[in-house]
Amino acid sequence: MIGRQKHCIALEDYSREEITQVLDLAVSMKEVLRRPIKKVPSLRGRSIVNLFFEASTRTRSSFEIAAKVLSADSLNWTSSGSSVSKGETLIDTVKNLEAMHPDVLVIRHSASGAPGLVASRVGCSVVSAGDGAHEHPSQGLLDAFTVREKLGTLDGKILTIVGDVSHSRVARSDIYSFGKLGAKVRLCGPPTMMPMGVEKMGCTVEHDLKKAVDGADAVIMLRIQHERIGAPLLSTTREYSRLWGLNTKKAAEWLKPGALVLHPGPINRGVELMPEVADGPASVILDQVENGVAVRMAILYLLAGEPVEGKA
Amino acid sequence: MSDTIIIEGGRVIDPASGTDATRVVVLKDGKVAGVVERADRPSGATVVDAKGRWVTPGFLDLHVHLREPGQEYKETVATGARAAVAGGFTSVVCMPNTKPVNDTLAVTELILARAAAAGLARVYPCGAISKGSAGEELAEYGELQAGGCVALSDDGKPVMSPGLMRSALEYARAFGLPLTVHEEDLHLVGKGVMHEGAASTRLGLKGIPGQAEDVMVLRDVALAELTGGRLHIAHLSTAGSVRAVREAKKRGLKVTAEVTPHHLTLSDEDVARSGYSTDFKMSPPLRSVEDVKAVVEALADGTIDCIATDHAPHSLVEKQLEFDVALNGIVGLETAFPVCLALVKKGLLTEKRLIEALTASPARAFGLPGGTLAVGAPADLAILDPGAIWTFGPKTSFSKCFNSPWRGRALTGRCTHAYVGGRLVHQAGEGA
Repeated sequence: MIGRQKHCIALEDYSREEITQVLDLAVSMKEVLRRPIKKVPSLRGRSIVNLFFEASTRTRSSFEIAAKVLSADSLNWTSSGSSVSKGETLIDTVKNLEAMHPDVLVIRHSASGAPGLVASRVGCSVVSAGDGAHEHPSQGLLDAFTVREKLGTLDGKILTIVGDVSHSRVARSDIYSFGKLGAKVRLCGPPTMMPMGVEKMGCTVEHDLKKAVDGADAVIMLRIQHERIGAPLLSTTREYSRLWGLNTKKAAEWLKPGALVLHPGPINRGVELMPEVADGPASVILDQVENGVAVRMAILYLLAGEPVEGKA
Repeated sequence: MSDTIIIEGGRVIDPASGTDATRVVVLKDGKVAGVVERADRPSGATVVDAKGRWVTPGFLDLHVHLREPGQEYKETVATGARAAVAGGFTSVVCMPNTKPVNDTLAVTELILARAAAAGLARVYPCGAISKGSAGEELAEYGELQAGGCVALSDDGKPVMSPGLMRSALEYARAFGLPLTVHEEDLHLVGKGVMHEGAASTRLGLKGIPGQAEDVMVLRDVALAELTGGRLHIAHLSTAGSVRAVREAKKRGLKVTAEVTPHHLTLSDEDVARSGYSTDFKMSPPLRSVEDVKAVVEALADGTIDCIATDHAPHSLVEKQLEFDVALNGIVGLETAFPVCLALVKKGLLTEKRLIEALTASPARAFGLPGGTLAVGAPADLAILDPGAIWTFGPKTSFSKCFNSPWRGRALTGRCTHAYVGGRLVHQAGEGA
């Protein structure tokens, strides 16, 4: 359990204490990850199923490594397309997997709400590895972990998320994790990419990049998906890059000294982020990848690492 | 068996005649024979004690999906008509989006034959506006009307072409048929699955702005003015549509509107509270709290004429899915009365207006018989227990499906008896 949470599906439901519990444990997990022999027996005999209905390399690998370092057995189940086109419903698929007695189901799905639907039908813990444009809780936690590690705290910090918030589950989870840890969250991007009523999630919206990053302690650059270019959300990649992309000149002139640059990956180099910034001193993008494993180890341990007698 | 039925002791609410008092209702030979203070009990008459209950005209629902022909696993004319009378509805208008679409006499006749065999609610078919409801060519309105269709609709789909809509409104005038229209601009709907607002943003579900409906209602009000056609706005759901209809009525256009029990009582925030429950997914979607307030006010002041359920049964196969892919629609015939009665208890609607919106108003909107207890009217009648507490679900449902936000919820208010043409067609307590 993470606090009172049996699942990790939506940071909207998580308290500051529950988020902090994961981040604190992830500190020790990161230390384990950096040992020459990266193996602890914490989850020996536990099984974890990675159920991916949407293509993913980095998130799936990150969960897989996290499980392996903790000595859990993990199985990758990849399935493409919606349940309807596949001929088997999502519920049938997970009921089949549940019959194999996993301790945790990690699920990625293109439909918002799918992990919750799964959780309502199975007895084991469910971890969302991203659902539609809803949430990507482990990413929200690892982003918060990265900022906390570098800046000491999120309390009172200004964090700016730039990009297509409408379609971004990362943005939603970041808004909750950052906000609940005390940061002020700003969103920036063209109005077509700012979803209606997003301010009610506890953030402000600024369309001008210069103003949005002014005084920010960290800037999270979201990936611009190519299918969004052209009608109706954006004119051209060129214009997006010019107005909302971060290049060396803007980073040098607009960002405050010491400000961090994050990106959930994969980067569209030359669109939202110029290579010099992605590879520059402000970038903590590779720290995010490493921290992602540590945070996922913490999540899996807290959800699957309870004493066996308690589960019998 | 006598042909005389005496219903005593009930509070008769008949907005068509302005009656709201304890009266005796006498039904004879399938017609209303009188609503009187005292009546003799002729020997052999059936006497029904309605003390503590309301006696009203049978309800009319201008918008149901009976799924036959083609999707009998969801509902048949017979099961739908059974659910109707269980909810107090003695007349229903069934939408043409069956398989095949009701755009020909053969389908209309099949529906009417099934309805006659069931012998429950009166079933009035609605024919298609366009052939196959494909939005390209006009269906044969003359033949559809001759077969028994009382209105025209491509429900489930909007008529996207303004040119076709103009022709349809104009052509239907030859037959005096109203067009009951599903108003959504598909370009604005896009891949949306719920109302666009703070709730869709939080849930990460694609939104449908209320304006997707508004622009079509505004377009069709303009076309109703151009053509003089009869326009009925189906399942109106937005404050913008309310303004458009109010303005159209003020200017004397032949525009009427209906609203569903769910759009009167639930909002997009209920989708969020339900945790992506597909029992909260329908088209048009549950709107904002402000829209809900606007449609309730519009129903109360008569801008919206009537309540229609948009009864849309779907099997579990089509609903126990991800929100994005589950089908739109919920059942409504059996829950409409208690759900709307809650608005009366909140002081948002009078009892008289509630009953009027279920009886006289829909009858007037489509020119259907019934909706009144006037002497000589068909003996279509409901006895309602406004205090009965019950739970809607598989055990109490006569519909084949129970995809409903109210499944498993305690409801207050229930139809205890329904008569169609003087025949008792429903009595509460009979096993579902």
